Amino acid sequence: MKTVEPILLSGNLAEAYAIKQLDVDVVAAYPITPQTTIIEKISEYVADGELDANFMLVESEHSAISSCLSAASAGARVFTSTSSQGLLLMHEILFITSALRLPVVMAVANRSVSAPINIWCDHGDIMPQRDVGWIQLFAESAQEAYDKLIQAYRIAEDPEVRLPVMVNTDGIILSHTYEPVFLLEDSEVASFVPWKLYPLRLDPENPLTMGAFGYPEYYFETRYQSAKALEDSINTISEVDEKFGEISGRKYGTVSPFRCEDADVILISMGSISETIRATVRKLREKGEKVGMISLKLFRPFPFKEMISLVQDVKAVGVVDRAFSPGAAVGPVFNDITSALYLSKMSVPCVNFFAGLGGRDVRMAEVEDMFEKLKEVANTGVVKEHRYYVGLRG
Amino acid sequence: MVTLKDYQGGETAWCPGCGNFGILVAVKKALVELGISPHEVLMVSGIGQSSKLPHYMKCNLFNGLHGRTLPVATAAKLVNHRLHVFAVGGDGDGYGEGGNHLIHTIRRNIGVKYLVHNNQIYGLTKGQASPTSDLGFVTKSTPRGVVSTPLNPISLALALGASFVARSFSGDVPHLVQMIKEAVNHRGFALIDILQPCVTFNHLNTYSWYKERVYKMGEEEGYDATERLAAFKKAQEWGERIPIGVFYKEERPAFEELFPAIEDMPLVNQKIEPKQFERLIKEFM
Ligand SMILES: Cc1ncc(C[n+]2csc(CCOP(=O)(O)OP(=O)(O)O)c2C)c(N)n1
Ligand code: SF4
Ligand SMILES: [Mg+2]
Repeated sequence: MKTVEPILLSGNLAEAYAIKQLDVDVVAAYPITPQTTIIEKISEYVADGELDANFMLVESEHSAISSCLSAASAGARVFTSTSSQGLLLMHEILFITSALRLPVVMAVANRSVSAPINIWCDHGDIMPQRDVGWIQLFAESAQEAYDKLIQAYRIAEDPEVRLPVMVNTDGIILSHTYEPVFLLEDSEVASFVPWKLYPLRLDPENPLTMGAFGYPEYYFETRYQSAKALEDSINTISEVDEKFGEISGRKYGTVSPFRCEDADVILISMGSISETIRATVRKLREKGEKVGMISLKLFRPFPFKEMISLVQDVKAVGVVDRAFSPGAAVGPVFNDITSALYLSKMSVPCVNFFAGLGGRDVRMAEVEDMFEKLKEVANTGVVKEHRYYVGLRG
Repeated sequence: MVTLKDYQGGETAWCPGCGNFGILVAVKKALVELGISPHEVLMVSGIGQSSKLPHYMKCNLFNGLHGRTLPVATAAKLVNHRLHVFAVGGDGDGYGEGGNHLIHTIRRNIGVKYLVHNNQIYGLTKGQASPTSDLGFVTKSTPRGVVSTPLNPISLALALGASFVARSFSGDVPHLVQMIKEAVNHRGFALIDILQPCVTFNHLNTYSWYKERVYKMGEEEGYDATERLAAFKKAQEWGERIPIGVFYKEERPAFEELFPAIEDMPLVNQKIEPKQFERLIKEFM
């Protein structure tokens, strides 16, 4: 356990601090709210000589991720950060980064997407990146953002993994709110994620080709390998979390259950909403209600097994989605949870709650209402409505 | 008779003293002086402080994405070429994120009038270096000063064969009005790079910084805006003295004039006639 005093940092500043400690070599970025203060702070570290990195202020997010990809392919440890439209603009390069097995790490301050333009939090930017083959971690606090970013490099660079990693933090809510954050010593970070020259790099001494043509004879296998690597990475992700716990006293799990032991109904959520739900569970438990919650900390690869083990004896499950998947009938997280249940031959009644889009506040009263609806399902065994739009007007 | 009142828009959210106010006044004045009514105007804007301009006046507006004004404006002009189509955005929007579109819009010479509010900074995202920030300029993203050579929009446009290239200053509204009117009367694409002080985030290129430097090319003897090489030479001036006015102007058909099908009537007004369709099918069967 660390004994040092915590210091007051926003999610963004905590992440920038982690990047400094991680001694990243190349940072390429383009400003966009609410991510901007991460890269502004990093540019300051570089200018002040506190971080020996090449800071590239590029002309677009497409260039930012392309620069990271190429710097990583030359063996550098790289970082970029973005939000919303910026993440959408990176889209085509994200697939290539994972297929080339490059350990690029990116912080995403999650923000809604246009139209209409809106700078507040939801998961509309990350959900279209669901299938890009990156590991996707979610944080619930500034502390967790800091911790996850450090974990991200160790995961990405692990010889068993070698995949890019995104650390998601809810924009504005986490990116800009100041919280007490416990920091590790520089030396602890350095020994937790030792800098190693990436072995699969472009090297004139040992020439290799990246991004070559994939004929029908090979394409399928190549994509399969990337997909398989992503699925298998869950073991390393859990190990890294354990090891991180040993040095910091903090570990998060791929799923983080709260009061699920004897719960009749459970709400599953991702990101900062989980904090509100946890507080509501605490309150309802005091009244003797058998409610629980699970915060999903890892979205890709989806922790199927871990999730299933937690909802085995539950009478109703609610899933909060902070983005739509238009035309799909249900939200993206709900989709994964119900697939997990189906694959384990379980038929727990599930309800999908859409909430918090475009920065709409989700308060404890609304969470209580979600639990009410779940209790009704638990009591009757009937799902009358499989979707609810929390606080939607008119 | 169109009056300034017809263009009256909602409340602004720019900082007091922002150079964008001068541009807003000039745009409205130029349109009134040209006798153009709000319903005949389409403003296509991107994302930035500058891109809010059309929100603050009455006209048709398409507010799109950061950097993506020109493709939208191009298509709108082609579909309804009788509309006065303007593209409005910042230096980051137009010369950075959307730089590629500028290149190809210039090639096409479409009759879109492009107003770039060049404050040499990213205003909306609160003060990072832009593609036109001067070397050494300290911003939040360049604490040790800008190290990349600033983009020169005038020589870029000239090199690409732009048919109308001008620069103005938001602190000189009459001059800007004149430039906008000339641009509207020009056949084809017009770029007006407008020097615009950002009083909040750019403490280098201030009102007085620009005022001390800008001079009008038109008042100089012997400047001929039809001479491309002379324009190139002029475009290199930046620093001690900054020329404003029309650098270069050339008569050549606009993109929309190359389509005989829309010569008589804008595409948007043309009806699909089932009879005509039948005739064509028969002809090719
Ligand atoms: C794809 C994308 N990346 C980044 C942004 C964030 N962003 C909004 S405006 C802006 C730059 C503003 O600078 P400029 O275009 O010069 O306009 P100004 O505010 O200075 O008028 C940026 C980077 C965005 N909206 N979309
Ligand atoms: S930040 Fe700068 S450009 Fe934006 S409104 Fe204020 S002064 Fe104008
Ligand atoms: Mg600008």
